[in-house]
Formats: sequence, C-alpha cells, structure tokens
Amino acid sequence: MNFLKTTALVALMGSIAIPAMAEQRVLKLFTDASDPAPKAAFEQLVKGFEAENPDVKVEVNTFDHEGYKTAIRNFLTADSPDLANWYAGNRMAPFVNAGQFTDVSDVWEENGLKDSLGSALKSMTIDGKQWGVPYTYYQWGIYYNKDVYKKAGVEVPKTWDEFISNCKKFKEMGVDCLTTGTKALWPAAGIFDYLDLRTNGYDFHMKLTSGEIPWTDDRVKAVFAEWKKVLPYTTKNVAAIDWQDAVSNIVQGKAANYVMGNFAVATFKDGGMTNDTLGFMDFPTINPDIPRAEEAPTDTIHIPAGAKNKADAKKFLAYVAKADVQTKMNEELGQLPINKNSSVGDDPYLQAGFKILSTADGGIAQFFDRDAPAQMAKAGMEGFQEFMAYPDHLDAILERLEKVRQRVYKN
Amino acid sequence: MTVSPAMSEPRAETGMPAPRRRRLNRKLAPWLFLAPGVLMFLIYVLIPIGESMWISFFQWDGLSAKHWIGIENYLELLDDDAFYTSLKNNLIWLVLYMLAIPFGLFIALFLNQTVRGIRIYKSLFFFPFVISQVVVGLIFSWFYAPGFGLFFELTKWLDGTGIAILANPNTVTYGIIAAGLWPQIAYCMILYLTGLNAVAPDQIEAARLDGAKGIKMLWYVVLPQLRPATFIAVVVTVIGALRSFDLVSIMTDGGPFGSSRVLSYYMYEQALSEYGYRMGYGAAIAVVLFAIMMIFISGFIWKMWRDERGL
Repeated sequence: MNFLKTTALVALMGSIAIPAMAEQRVLKLFTDASDPAPKAAFEQLVKGFEAENPDVKVEVNTFDHEGYKTAIRNFLTADSPDLANWYAGNRMAPFVNAGQFTDVSDVWEENGLKDSLGSALKSMTIDGKQWGVPYTYYQWGIYYNKDVYKKAGVEVPKTWDEFISNCKKFKEMGVDCLTTGTKALWPAAGIFDYLDLRTNGYDFHMKLTSGEIPWTDDRVKAVFAEWKKVLPYTTKNVAAIDWQDAVSNIVQGKAANYVMGNFAVATFKDGGMTNDTLGFMDFPTINPDIPRAEEAPTDTIHIPAGAKNKADAKKFLAYVAKADVQTKMNEELGQLPINKNSSVGDDPYLQAGFKILSTADGGIAQFFDRDAPAQMAKAGMEGFQEFMAYPDHLDAILERLEKVRQRVYKN
Repeated sequence: MTVSPAMSEPRAETGMPAPRRRRLNRKLAPWLFLAPGVLMFLIYVLIPIGESMWISFFQWDGLSAKHWIGIENYLELLDDDAFYTSLKNNLIWLVLYMLAIPFGLFIALFLNQTVRGIRIYKSLFFFPFVISQVVVGLIFSWFYAPGFGLFFELTKWLDGTGIAILANPNTVTYGIIAAGLWPQIAYCMILYLTGLNAVAPDQIEAARLDGAKGIKMLWYVVLPQLRPATFIAVVVTVIGALRSFDLVSIMTDGGPFGSSRVLSYYMYEQALSEYGYRMGYGAAIAVVLFAIMMIFISGFIWKMWRDERGL
C-alpha cells in the first residue's frame, strides 16, 4: 500500500517535474515572523503551499519583529514583495488609503471567506472592500489565580458588580483585586477597551476609535466611571511596572486578576503556574443589553499594490484561508485560527478563547492601538495611564484627548 | 592660559619669492588635507541640519507625498503641552546635571593622594562611566522599582507605603537625573584628576608658605589652574544634559503619561517611534533643540576663540 503510494507519487512527480522546472514562478513573501514559533509556522505554511503548487517557488524574507514596522513603510514604496504581513483594523488603514495594498475582495468572494472567516470580516473591510486575509488571532480576557479565589471563598464573577464585590473580599485579605503593568502603556488600553465594549458596545467603540465621537461625550465618561470603581482595588504605581513584572503579582498570589492577552500564558507558566492554578474568564458583563463583543488582535497577509505576481499571491491567500491550513499553522503559533471550520488544540485557554470569540455576536475589536490611528492611540493610552494614577484628572485628560482627536482625524 | 607657540608669526618675507607652482601648492595643500573632514562634516552634519529645517515646514508621514504647511508645525508646538513638559524637563536636566561638576571635583580632590591601593579606588570611582548608559538605566530602574526595588523597600520601611519614584510625575525626572549623574560625576572626576596632575607644585608650595590652606587654597590657587578642566567639564555636561535620551528611553519611555519627556525623546517619539511618523513635527522639535544647543555652542566657541587669541 505504502509502496504503491510512493511509486505513484514518484511517477506523478516525474511527470510534472519537467514543466515545473521550465516555468517556475517566484512569489516573494516578506514577514515579521522572527520569533521561533511564528518562524516555524511560516516555514510549514510555505512548504504546504509549494507542495500544492509545484510551479511556484516562495521566497521568504524574514524581518525582525520591531524593525518590520519601519521596514514595511520603505519596501511598500520602493521594492515591493508579492505578499506582506501586517495587522487588521485601523493599523492597515494608512496603507489602504495610500493605495499600497491590493483589493482582494475577489479572493473573499470566490472562496466563501465571508462565511468561513466571518468573525474577522469587519476588521478586514475598509470602504466595503477586503484588503487582506487573516490567519491568526488570540483572545484577551481576564487571567486569574484560582488559589486566591479559593482562599477568598468567592465565585468567578459573571457581572461587573460581582467582580467589584469580590474585590472587597480580596482587599480584606490584602490582595490586589486587579493588577497590571502600564509602563509600556498598552496594558491599560486592554482594560479601557473591554470596559467600553461592555458599557457601550462594539459599534460605539469603533466610532470612538475612528474619531466620530468626541472624547468629552457622556458615554465615554460612563466608561471611566466604571473604571473608577475598580481603581481602589488595583495595584499601586502600575505606571512604573512592566507587564511581565505584574505577572509575578498573580503568580505569587499578591493579586487576583489581570486583564491580558493570551500570549501572557507562557509567562504565567514560566512563573510556575499550571492549568490548575491559572484560570481564564471572559470580561464580566456591565450592560446586559449589549451584544457581547471581544478583543482579538488579528494578524494578516496582504498583497502590496506593487506586487509583480498578483495571480499567485491571490492563490496563496486562498490557501492561507483554508480551514486545515489554519489549524496546522495555529498549532505551531499557539494561537487561534480564524476559519470557523478549523480546530483548536487541547490547550484549555485556547479552547476557552475559541469559544468566546466564535460566539461573539457583537463583533471583534483589534485592540486600542490597532483600531485607533497611531497618534490617537498614543495620546489615549497616556491618558488611561494618567487616569489610573489620578482619577481626578479625568476632565483634563478627556479635554486633551479631544484636542488630539480634532487634529488627528482632520486630514 | 598661555598662548601656544603654534600660532606662529607669518614667515618673514625675506629671500627669493618661491616659484609659482610651490606657492600654488602651499595654498592648495591645507584645503586638500582638510577636504576629507570638510566633506564628512558637510554630509553628516551641515546638510542634515539644513534638511531637518526644510522638513519642519512640511506635513509628512514618511510614506506619502510631502505637504507644505509653512510654519504650522511651529504654531502647533506653541500650543502643545507635551512640548512645554519636555522643555521644562530639559531645563531641570541642565541645571541639576551641573551638580556633576562640583561632585566630580570633590571626589577628584579626595582621590588625589598617594595611599596604598589608590589606583583601585580611582578605578572603582571611574567604573560607572565605563558601563553603558543602558545598563545604568536598568540598574536604576530596578533600584526604584515598586515591589522589589531596594530604594522602594527602603522608603517603605521608613514611611509604610513606599515611594515609587518612576511612577510619580513629580519625581520621575529627578529620579532619572540621579541615574544620569552617577556616570557623569565619574566623567568630571576623571577630567579633574588629570587636571590636578598638571597643577604646579611650586605654586602650592609658595601658597603654603604664605599661609594659605583649605578652602582659600582651593579657591585661589588650585581652581584657577584647573580652569581648562572645568571648561571641558562644563561643555560635556551641558551637551550630556541636552541630549539625555537613552536614560529616558530605558527607564520610563517618557512616562508616566509623558511627564519625563525631554526634547530629544519627544522628537524621536513624534518622528520615528511606533506611534509617530510625523516627520515634519519631529523635525520642528529638532530645530528647537538645535537652537537651544546653538546658544551654548556659540558661547563655547566664542570663549575658545578669545582664549586662542590670548585675550
């Protein structure tokens, strides 16, 4: 049987090898997958694609993760590859608006991606067209220390009110209810995003991050009012703490909850936590009438406008979108596939994440610094950081953000 | 300061005039020797300065086409709180960084003696200048870190809650300057140590015979002889204070909420960081920083020029 298969394969290979050699086309892929896991995932992806399309040779050029953010601005205008990694949401807007990415709505249409990749459709659409294909995302939510919950004798909360009343119990034990480390700014944005998604919903959040709603709006103030409830129970001096250092607060049982992305699980486990001590929950409900939206930063592949081999690049995108391809790729990445027909490994956090994301009927936000344009994101996150330290400054902060909003979205 | 004999009088015009070719060579030679330096200076200093000024009149994200907006970037600067924060911090840096000079002098005087093993002490004091600023920044941010930092634990033991220097907008800049002073003091110390070697022992002797000692000896006899060292120490300290970038970047990223920004860091943030790409605005900040530096630099150049002429 096996022998037969091999001979058949060899025969097949022999028959196509010659024409393949004759006109092997090249597909250039630029990626920021420089860490070990993403690198392996991309190698495997490319191998799979080449096996299916023997007449195409994919040349991968891997950039350093941080350097890529600058490099992409240069290579899109100067020496364009056929495919490039980037992020969904507003992060891709500057390139779409500058005409640097190719419209790939036809790939979505022909392969039924609007159905299979439905959860990411909104974040891939600008002006009613799709500009790339997503291949992975990961959930945000609250990671907690199960032992601390047991010691305090409280249940995992479903609503924000329950969450706050738990906080009082934690405080009696001398444990911080919520911890974070905002030295790098973005962890604070995770808290804001969730509070806004739960208070005002996805559509409002998207309008806010795309500059259609003033920061001085009462509905924005309502979000900060919710946030203020938890501030007395939040770790002090978070502005000087790295997010990794805040992880140790959870590990050591000095704090109970941490609003974080799933990538942090590795750090929790490095600190000695296991599936038995580290818990994950969806962010509690604030307004029950609002359809539940979630936060899941999505990584994508695009075809630059200057690509030379667009036909094969589109084939590649269709390949990346396939259910089994995304399953295999995300096993390597340790993240979640977007295709709803893909399957997820045994990891309890990924399982939980897949469940909450694929049932999020409110929509999926990308993250504050991907949904809002860069300058607004920076000013906003600084405002959140200041609010956490000085809640009384709220009015001044919001006025400052409003000033930035009026400047940033003007053009 | 004495005038060096290098500035010799023009050669006496005696004897036969040199042949034409030799005269031409003599005129050309200095320029030829200067050429590599001048070229480098042009390409890497003068032209970029001009270009920065030019870009500061545009709105440009480095990606799409440049858009001329005249002095709008500068007008926006005038109305930008973050800019004033940076400017204020730069001034604090300038003033407090000067402390490195008296401290450096003090340590140099202290170490300028012949005791067994003095070389070891000297190198220990010089040590912070040798390690990279990045390492200095990391050491100090751990020192201050809430939760496990030595300084934090110490203040916690004293007042019960602990002071997180780098999380408080009122103290953060001072915390960073303290970290910067550590290597800067070492630098000034080494400048003074070499200066002290050149102090004429006979003058000390003479002063001692006249009954000078202590502060008076230092002020009237030693310090005047250390003037060249002081001058260099002031120059490097001023420049060090104005370009304080690495420590801010390592220790706080300009935070908390932008309160420890300095001009150089703000420029980087606006023009080159992940959330920036406002090349024009960044360039405008660079031009302002350049103007401030020019005040000091022209002061120094003027003083050097005066000294050279022996005024």
